[in-house]
Amino acid sequence: MTHHPYPLKTRFWTPGVVLMAVLMAAGALAIVARFIGGIGYVSNLSTARPWGLWIGVDVASGVALAAGGFTTAFLAHIVGRHYYEPVVRPALLTAMLGYTFVVIGLIVDIGRSWAIWKPMIFWNFDSVLFEVAMCVMFYLTVLYIEFVPIVAEQFRGRVSLPGPLAALNGLAENLLSLADRILGKIMWIFIIAGVVLSCMHQSSLGSLMLVAPTKIHPLWYTPILPLLFLTSAIAVGYPMVVFETTLATSSLKLDGEMRVLAPMTRLTIYLLGLYMALKIGDMIVRGTYVHLLEGTAQTNAYLVEMLLGVIVPWLMLLSDRVRRNRRALFVACAMIVGGVLLNRVNVFVVAYTPPVSGASYFPAVGEILVTVGLISTLMLIYRFLVTHLPVLSAPAREGSS
Amino acid sequence: MKLTRRGFFKIAGATGAAAAGIRPKAARASAEPEDPYGCLVDITRCIGCRKCEDACNRVNGLPPPERSFEDPTVLNRLRRPDEKAYTVVNRYFAGQLDAANQLVPTFVKIQCMHCQEPACASACIVGALTKKENGMVHYDVTKCIGCRYCMVACPFEIPAYEYHDPITPRVMKCTFCFERITKEGKLPGCAEICPTEVITFGRRKTLLEVARKRIQENPARYIDRIYGEKEVGGTSWMYITGVPFEKLGFIDVPDKPTPKLAETIQHSLFAYLWSPIVLYGLLGGIMWTSRRNRPCPEDEEGDRQ
Repeated sequence: MTHHPYPLKTRFWTPGVVLMAVLMAAGALAIVARFIGGIGYVSNLSTARPWGLWIGVDVASGVALAAGGFTTAFLAHIVGRHYYEPVVRPALLTAMLGYTFVVIGLIVDIGRSWAIWKPMIFWNFDSVLFEVAMCVMFYLTVLYIEFVPIVAEQFRGRVSLPGPLAALNGLAENLLSLADRILGKIMWIFIIAGVVLSCMHQSSLGSLMLVAPTKIHPLWYTPILPLLFLTSAIAVGYPMVVFETTLATSSLKLDGEMRVLAPMTRLTIYLLGLYMALKIGDMIVRGTYVHLLEGTAQTNAYLVEMLLGVIVPWLMLLSDRVRRNRRALFVACAMIVGGVLLNRVNVFVVAYTPPVSGASYFPAVGEILVTVGLISTLMLIYRFLVTHLPVLSAPAREGSS
Repeated sequence: MKLTRRGFFKIAGATGAAAAGIRPKAARASAEPEDPYGCLVDITRCIGCRKCEDACNRVNGLPPPERSFEDPTVLNRLRRPDEKAYTVVNRYFAGQLDAANQLVPTFVKIQCMHCQEPACASACIVGALTKKENGMVHYDVTKCIGCRYCMVACPFEIPAYEYHDPITPRVMKCTFCFERITKEGKLPGCAEICPTEVITFGRRKTLLEVARKRIQENPARYIDRIYGEKEVGGTSWMYITGVPFEKLGFIDVPDKPTPKLAETIQHSLFAYLWSPIVLYGLLGGIMWTSRRNRPCPEDEEGDRQ
C-alpha cells in the first residue's frame, strides 16, 4: 500500500480552535498564579495528599495515552506491517507532544521546577521515580529524533527563514539534509530504543505506588502492578490511535482511514484481553473481590474502571460489525482510553488513603484549569503541526474542500 | 533505514558495554545502619507541657507559632507536624479514670520516626534523603527537586511541604537535630529540655534494653510492647506506654520495611540493565528478520533513486 502524508494547509482558526485558545489562556493564568503564590495557592495538595490531579492525569495518564507511539512503531517498523504506516506519523506526533506536556506538567507540579535537571547528576538506584525520569528523558529525545525526518521532508530544498535570518538559509539547508541522510541509516537504533524505553517506564510507573503498601487500596495494590501498567499501556495504544485519528479526521474533514483502523483493533482484542485476564486473575488470586461491593467511592471507581473501561469495550470489539462501523468503533475505543485514564487516576489518587489522617482530596479549580489548559494547548499544537507538516495521509472527504 | 547484521551487533555490543559500567551501588540509600542513635519516648511520663515543641522551634529556627507554646487550649484539637512545626504533642483520653473519677489524659509527642530502612530515602529520586550511620534520616535541600515522592512513601505521613513558597519550597521534617548531635555533641533540643525525662537519647540497642527493663520492672505501668522495635523494620524513635497504642493514634504498620517490594522488583528487573538489553536484542532480531522478508517500500524507493 502506498501512502503519502501531506501538510493539510486547511484554515487554522475555527470556533473549536478559538475555544481551545481560551482554555489555554485560562490554564496559562493558573500557571502564572502557581509561580507567584506557590503550589498551595492554586491546589488542594497537602502533607497527607502530596500527589493529585497533575500527577494522576498530566503525568501518569499522559504517559499511558502516548503509548500509541511505541505500539505503532513496533507494528509497522519492527514487525514490518507497512500496511499500518499511515497511522505511525500521527501516533508519533501524539507521543512527542504527549511526553512534552508530561514534562511541562511536571515543571508545574514539582516544587523546585528549576532543579528538574538534578536527577541527571544525583542518582538513586533504589528510586523507581529515578528510573522513570531517566527513561522519560531519553524517550522524549528519541521521539524528537524520530520526528526530524518529517520536518526535513517538508523543508529540505525550500528553507526560507524570515527577515535577517535568511542569511542562515544555506546552513539550515545543509544541516537538514545531513541530519536526514545520517538518520535514515541509523533510525532503527532509535526505533528499537523507543520501544525498549517505553516498556521500561510504562511498567515502572506502576511500580511507583508499590512503595506505599499501607496507603493504596487492596483492589489496586498488587505486586504485578508494573505488569498491569505495561499491558494496559500496550492495550490502549491502538484504541488511542483510533480515538485521535477519528477526532482529527472528523474535525479536519478527512477520510476516516477505517481500512487501517478496523484491522488494527482486531489486535486490541488480544492485547486488551490479556490485560483484562491479568487484572481479573490477580483479583481472584489475591481474593480482593470481597471488596467489590462495599459501595465506597473507591470500590465504585474500580467497578466503573473495569466494567465500562475494560469489559464492555472488549465485548464490543469482539463484534466484527462494531469494528467496521466508524462510530461504534470510536465509542469502544473512547471507552478503553477512558478506562486506562481512570485506572491511572485511581491508582495515583482515588486508591490513596493516608492511614494516619485519612485526609481527603479533590482537585482545586486552579489544578483543573492547568490540566485542561495543557490538554488544549497540546491539541492546538497538534492541529498546527498537521496543517503545516506531512503527518496525516488521509485524503480529504468527498464533497469538502 | 537499513539494518545490517554487522551494524546491529556492533551497536548492541556498545550498548552492553556501556550498561556494564552502570552497576547497582553497593551502599543503598536506605541501608540500615548498625549502631544508630535513637530516642525512647516514655509516654507514661509525659505531662503535656509542650516545652519540646518550644525547644524544637527555637533550635531549628522555625517561624513563631500562631498560638503560644504556653497556651494549653492548643491541645483541644489533634494536630499533625507541618511545615512550621517538626514535632507536636497531642492529648488523648483513652478511658482511664483517676481517683476523682476524672478522665486521665495521655500525651503523645509525634515527629519523624527516623526509620531504620526509610521509605522516603528509598523513594527519593535524587537521594536527597539518606539514612546516616548515626541513625538520622537527613534531608539535603541542595539536591531536592520537590517531587514529593518522599511524602507519598512515608508510612507515618511525616514530611510536610512549604506549599506556599513558589520557587524554593523545602520538605520539612524533624532533623533529629543533626547539627547539634554530630557537630556540637549536644542532645536533641526536645530531649534536652524535657522536664520529666520522657525522651531518652542514646544508642538504639541500649534504648531497647532500657525499654525492656522498664516494662519488666513495672508490668502494671506498661504494656508489653515497644512501638518502633519492629515496625516497618524498626525505627530510631521508639515509644512505650501504659495505654494501648491504637488508642493513642499509632497506626498498625507491617514489620517489613515498606519500600522492600518496590526495591526488590526494581533491582531484579534492572540490575546491570539486563532486561532492556535482552529486549533490545530481541526486538533487533525481529526487526532484522522482518526487514529481510518484507522490505520496506520506502527503502526500495530510496534504492531506485
